[in-house]
Parts: sequence; structure tokens; C-alpha cells
Amino acid sequence: MKTLRTIAIREWRSYFNSPIAYVFLIAFVGASLFTFFNISAFFARGKADLRGLFESLPFLLVLLVPALTMRLWAEESRQGTLEILLTLPARDREWVGGKFLASWGLLAVGLGLTFPLIFVVERLGNLDWGPVIGGYIGALLLGAAYLAVGQFVSALTENQILAFILALLACLAMWGIGTDAFTSLFSDSTASTLRSLGVGSRFESIARGVIDLRDLLYYASVTGFFLVLSVCALRVRRWA
Amino acid sequence: MIEIMGLEKNYGELKALRGISGTIEQGQVVGLLGPNGAGKTTAMKILVGYLLPTAGTATVAGYDVVEAPLAVQQRVGYLPENAPLYTDMLVQEYLQFIADVRGLEPAAANASIRKAVHECALNDVLARPIDQLSKGYRQRVGLAAAILHEPPILILDEPTTGLDPNQIVEVRDLIRRMGQSKTVILSTHILPEVEATCDRAMILIDGQIRADGTLDELTRSSSQVVTLAGAPTEIARGVFIDLPGVGTVDLESESDGLTTWRLGIDAATDVGEAVYRAVRDRDWTLTELRRDDRTLEQVFRELTERDVEVAA
Repeated sequence: MKTLRTIAIREWRSYFNSPIAYVFLIAFVGASLFTFFNISAFFARGKADLRGLFESLPFLLVLLVPALTMRLWAEESRQGTLEILLTLPARDREWVGGKFLASWGLLAVGLGLTFPLIFVVERLGNLDWGPVIGGYIGALLLGAAYLAVGQFVSALTENQILAFILALLACLAMWGIGTDAFTSLFSDSTASTLRSLGVGSRFESIARGVIDLRDLLYYASVTGFFLVLSVCALRVRRWA
Repeated sequence: MIEIMGLEKNYGELKALRGISGTIEQGQVVGLLGPNGAGKTTAMKILVGYLLPTAGTATVAGYDVVEAPLAVQQRVGYLPENAPLYTDMLVQEYLQFIADVRGLEPAAANASIRKAVHECALNDVLARPIDQLSKGYRQRVGLAAAILHEPPILILDEPTTGLDPNQIVEVRDLIRRMGQSKTVILSTHILPEVEATCDRAMILIDGQIRADGTLDELTRSSSQVVTLAGAPTEIARGVFIDLPGVGTVDLESESDGLTTWRLGIDAATDVGEAVYRAVRDRDWTLTELRRDDRTLEQVFRELTERDVEVAA
């Protein structure tokens, strides 16, 4: 446990030692505000809610999360520090977990920076807190799934750009299979299966304030699955 | 301390290690020699549990490297080739991080860091970011990180590559000091380095151990070089071969009545006087009489050249 914390803290600091943390936070908050006020036409709709923010979030995170995960392992391989790290007496799962927690923490900070919106909206009208709380929880879970996928991809290569692009494509696919544009190509039963697989479609129901245990389990298992795959990817390297 | 049994490692088609075995006793400083690509780094990576062997076993400090890598890693300090480090951290931060991951208690960690910093002379750069340090300092930071937990075994992969002559001397002194209390394996292709720091050398060529022994054992045979004027070749050969202590007689060169001979002898014997008497008795002129002790470099070259011949 202590090791996990040590690893997470180091990883957290290294985000802030490079421009990545700042660029991510600025881009995330900027894009959130932009979609909230412009694309979702908050003022034109005249409803005091944060739907505009949460509607675009699944796609926004597809674009931004890979920036947080691309260097996690690719950089270690390229710099050779992977050799330092994997010969220290810590378990592979502690390295994967620590890195995951650091990236998740940074995402949480990004989400936290959008809190002022809540108070603005609350001033303007009667805010329904259910969808707001649901939306933030959903965003954390959704983000966790993307981050786990991104970390796995990063463990496969030593090229950060490649890790970024592959993570983006993987997240895009996970989000894309549940979108209406995609599911409408199939019959109703297939479409509903696809919707239940898509990370974004699940998010919509949580963001409406409906927290279903099955949705939570879904996100937890996707996240867990890819974190385990990341551990496996490290194992495989030892055989190489 | 370290036992290796039939260790093999394949990278796909490439056979990096073709079954190496050996035992290293506590307190020995062993130099692992070999041309590039001979498998030195691979062998070290297996010993620290970074790579898994294809076949064979290795036991370090009583623990199997495949079965109990964490137990091995707790007892080994490892400096990878080129001393990779987290360059975005300060030296102090980095050492603290290593101590934390190794699970040292705060008080013990402080004491160990102070000790390692002192040993590696890092006091002046503690608050500097690692990416601003020279190669020599980085190597020392890597070394400090490797000895933090006071491991009984140190494994150092080319600890002096890329250093300037002064830095090389410093790092060698450091290794020699550590070798007084620890078991050390270091790889290098700088032969004088082994002569300066190691008790024992293992020469690894093409994934196999081709020579293994103390420096004295490896360099035991030597030769006496004799140049004569006016001596008939075949008679001289007969005279030399009859001298006690001479094993082999080779004619190295012959020109203008001068013949140069190389007499193979044991390092412990001295045939200089006998050669002189034999030459004087026959009224030949002695123009050169020189003892040629084998250096590790010659041993190494002979082994590698033979390898090239076999390959050709």
C-alpha cells in the first residue's frame, strides 16, 4: 500500500514536472467551457442544468485522456528507466496501479476545475443536483476506463506518439460502438447490445442521475480488465 | 552467493546465452568480459530478475531469480547500462524515491541516503535536477541508488562507459572500496579496468563462458623472446627445446641472419639465464633477450580471434 502511494506520488509529480499536466488541465477546462456555452447553447435552452457539459464529455475525454496515458510506459521504455523500475522490489501491479491512480487524480482535478460552473448555474435557476452528482461520478468512471485502456496501449510501445494515436483510436472505438450514429446501422436487438457495450451510452444514463449498479460494475470491470492487461504486458516483456 | 546453472536465453531466433554456469563466492569482485553482443548484459538482466531465462536456473543470495524475484531484488543493487534515471527529478528526490520504493523506514532512509551520497561524492549536486548533471555525476547517482539499501551484492553493467579519465578513476576507486565488503559483478570491455578492480574474470564470448579464473590463473603462461645473430635455425630450435622449463618454441621472424624466437614458458619459471648460457656456449650473438608476460588483453584477443577463425 505504501509502495503504491510512493509510486503514485512520483508519477503525479512527473506530470507537473512536464508541461503535460498544465496543457491537459487548460485544454480540458477550456474545451468544457466552450462546449457548455457554445455548442450546447446553454443560454438559448434556458434550463439550469449541466447537460451541455456532460453530453460532450465522453467524446472530449476520448481526445484528452490519451495525452495523459501516452507517456506512462512508453517513456520508461525509451529512457531505459523501465529497467530501474522493474528491478526494484515492487510488484508489477503496484507500478500499474500507482500510475493509474496518478493519472486518475489528474483527471479528477480537471473535473474539479469545472465546479465553478455548478455555482454559476445554481445562481441562474433551480439546479437539480441528482444529474450533477451522477454526471461527475459517471465522468470519473468513464475516465478510469479510458485511462486503463490508454495505459495498456502505452505498455505496448516505446513510441509516445504511437501510444497516443492507438489509445485515441481504442477509446474512440469503445465510445463509438454505443453511439446512435453507429447503432442505427443494426437491428434493434443488436443495437441495444452495442449500446450496453459502449462506454458513452452507459454514461448518459448515469448523467441523468440514474446510478445503476450494473453500470458501475461495467466501468469497474472494463477498468480492471485493462489494468490487468497492462500487468500482463509488463510480464511479457520479461520473456522477450 | 550467486549460482548459475546452464543458463540460456533466446531472443527469438538469436541465442544470446548458450548455457552458462558458474559460482561466485561472497566478497569476490568479478569482471564479466566479452566483445559487444556476447551476452554480458543479458546475463546481468537475468540475475536481477528483469529478464526471464529460456532455460537453466540462477540463484542469487539463496533465492531463485524466477521464483522469488522480489527477494533477489531486495538483496541486489543494480546499475543498468548507461545509468538510466528519472531526469525530471532532483538528485535528492530521486534517492528518496528509491528508498521509499525499497520500503526503508524514514529514519533509516535518511541515514542510508546520507551515507550513499557521501560514498559517491554527490553532496554538491543534491538539489540539482538530474538532467543538468554530467555523465559522470549521473553514473554516480545511479551507483548511489544501487547501494542505498546496503545490498550484499552489486551488479554493475559497464559502470565506466562514457566517463572521462578522471571520472573513470573515481568510479573504479568507488568499486574497489565497495568490493571490500560486497560481492560485485561488473561488466566491461575495458581490460585494464578488470586488472585494476577485479579478483576474477569471466570471459563471455558468443553466449558461452570461454575462460574463468583469477587474473593470475588467466595470465599464467608467458614467453621469453630471444633474438640471435648467426645461429643456424634448426640447431637453435633443437637447443631451445632441450632447455628445462621451455614448453614450445616458435620462430617469429627471420631476416638478415637474425632469428627471433618465442619460447613458451610457465609464468613461475625463469629461463633467461639458461638461454644466455646456451647461446654463449655456442658463440652465437644475443641481440635481444626479453620476457613477455601475457596480459589479460592477449588472453582476451586469443580467445576472440580463435572464435573468429572458427566462425570463418
